[in-house]
Amino acid sequence: MNYTININNKECSAEQGETILDVLKRNGIKVPTLCHLKESMPTGACRMCIVEDMKSGKLITSCSFPAAPGMEIKTHSQRVVEARKTIIELLLSNHPDDCLYCVRDKNCELQNLSEEHHVRERRIRGKKNKEKLDLSSASIVRDPEKCILCGRCVTICEEVMGVSCIDFINRGNKAFIGTSFNQGLNTSSCINCGQCIMVCPTGALTEKNHFAEIQSAINDQNKTVVVQYAPSISVSMSEEIGLEPGMDNNGILNAALRKVGFDFIFDSSFAADLTIMEESAELIRRITNEETLPMITSCCPGWVKYAEEFYSDLIPNLSTCKSPQQMMGAVVKTYFAEKQGINPEDIYMVAIMPCTAKKFEAQREEMVHKGISDVDAVLTTRELTKFLKLYGVDMFNIDPEVTDSPLGFRSSAGKMFGASGGVMEAAIRTAHFKLTGKELVNFTIPQVRGFEKRKETQIKISDLELGVAVVNGMANAKVLLDEIRAGRKDIQFIEIMACPGGCIGGGGQHIGTDDKQLAQRMKTLYDIDKKETLKVSHKNPEIIELYQNFLGEPLGHKSHELLHTHYQKRDVMI
Amino acid sequence: MGNIKNILEKYQEPSRDNLIPILQDIQENEGYLSKESVVQVGSYLNLPSSKIYGVATFYNQFRFLPKGKFHIQICRGTACHVLGSATVLQELEKQLKVKAGETTRDGLFSVEVVACIGACGLAPVITVNGEFFAKITPDSLQAIIEDYKNKEQ
Repeated sequence: MNYTININNKECSAEQGETILDVLKRNGIKVPTLCHLKESMPTGACRMCIVEDMKSGKLITSCSFPAAPGMEIKTHSQRVVEARKTIIELLLSNHPDDCLYCVRDKNCELQNLSEEHHVRERRIRGKKNKEKLDLSSASIVRDPEKCILCGRCVTICEEVMGVSCIDFINRGNKAFIGTSFNQGLNTSSCINCGQCIMVCPTGALTEKNHFAEIQSAINDQNKTVVVQYAPSISVSMSEEIGLEPGMDNNGILNAALRKVGFDFIFDSSFAADLTIMEESAELIRRITNEETLPMITSCCPGWVKYAEEFYSDLIPNLSTCKSPQQMMGAVVKTYFAEKQGINPEDIYMVAIMPCTAKKFEAQREEMVHKGISDVDAVLTTRELTKFLKLYGVDMFNIDPEVTDSPLGFRSSAGKMFGASGGVMEAAIRTAHFKLTGKELVNFTIPQVRGFEKRKETQIKISDLELGVAVVNGMANAKVLLDEIRAGRKDIQFIEIMACPGGCIGGGGQHIGTDDKQLAQRMKTLYDIDKKETLKVSHKNPEIIELYQNFLGEPLGHKSHELLHTHYQKRDVMI
Repeated sequence: MGNIKNILEKYQEPSRDNLIPILQDIQENEGYLSKESVVQVGSYLNLPSSKIYGVATFYNQFRFLPKGKFHIQICRGTACHVLGSATVLQELEKQLKVKAGETTRDGLFSVEVVACIGACGLAPVITVNGEFFAKITPDSLQAIIEDYKNKEQ
């Protein structure tokens, strides 16, 4: 049923079931929001979105109040504007004054709102929160002093990620957000995905930073500092730098990293190709030998930790392949070191990732070979930009360069890892070739592309009917995993990415990324695949060379030692 | 832990509506809510333990440490407040070096804040293991604590 409501003396159309905020948005009227999170139940916690209902004379929260026929709403009456300003002043009353030192300076919703509402003095002085900084996690730092209790992190952790490791503790002015029994995040069920950071309006949640270690490695003459960047980085860094969203910045990224002083620069997409070689071989082996199926991808460290905590019975289903980040580190510190005549202990491996969980993954004990860890430090996309600025790299005035070789060349299949469905498609391309000796017609599997929560399809490879499923967002994966647990048998291969949309929507990406930008990133990745000729991992000449000169064959002895691992049940407070 | 299992079995329907009665039941039997019991309730009701902890900390009645040998309840009702129970609580926390809801390291004393014990005529009032002490001042509080400490020796 359609009807109209009167907003600021103008009739605006509304539909049954819409909130006032929905109507306002559609009609291009902006009211400030803080706790509002799209596709979630409104909580009305922050009160920022209040509007004046002229009939009742009340200030109501537009995010949670249903629109009704005949309403008369004022969105910016003097009363509303003053009330909003007071709300901001109250939020600021116990907020630290250290914007200059805050990681979110200039990208903080509270700062923006206070600017927009001309808050120019501290009118209300409240007692400061005295909750301790939580540095326990390898990925995420929590600073409850900066928390404004909007609850977005709690919502996303529960509804999108299905983890629920944090919630409101206590009540009233003693309330704060914390884990079960207010312990460190490291002992909670947190999977380090960083989606909480993506929705946090202030600096209460940030990634753990390793600038100092990386800088000292760059300055150390005895260290060879190698950097790798994930497939999605080149298409998702634009928003942070101020370049055109979704553009592929591959070339200038290489040049920029070289300017910073990294000795060798590699694209993790090469390691993604390597992952595909191993993973497709593993899939074929599992099917041929009738081993545990469905096989589930293990590229996503958020998902791996989730499996260890919530689905430890499905660990045998997890592919034993390490993620591309770790595979890259492993071959750099063995094959590449050998080739270059460098002592592996003198190599410092930095990974630039769209992900905070990669920081956790890099320091896992499974990721150490002969006392040397595969990867030494991880930077998120956000940190990358800050790092480039620190070294004075002018991204607007730089000529593209190529990656180093060997280990620098990639297929477009490896590049697709950045989008949900990419791993699946790349793996199927190679599996198809290995099983039939022929390439997949047209190479593409459109059914596994896109942003849908779950994509399922049947793929025919000669006489093999392969059931595949691709899920993104852990809460969506949970539904599928429960079906598998309950005995569903028609799926043989599953790709799981913890973050919505895959790595392009990862927890280390630009804060404030909108759906349009996200879609653009995915499109760019698939455009690269469309226009490039090397579309399959098994034809990557440097991959072929790596197997010929060093690894032998997929799932061989060397691969087993360097590229595969096993995970175990993890005891945490669930 | 067998106790917790017995308690959970009483609630046939594993619905989250039963959360608070279950927690009350456990506290009554165990004296407090341990991490283990919260995790067990969570797996029974299919609720994350962070949610249960969130609910339990919302209410004053739940404690997360075992009670001390001498359990001190301090009334923070209106009449007691008017006659200075805030200072009494402050003093108590200072003398025992614990916060409300906690237990001293030696396991001797625990402190619980209660809304109103219904003894407003005695304000400000505390109870120790159910025994009432009226018109508390910082000095009389110290004497009471010393008294219980001596009893123990």
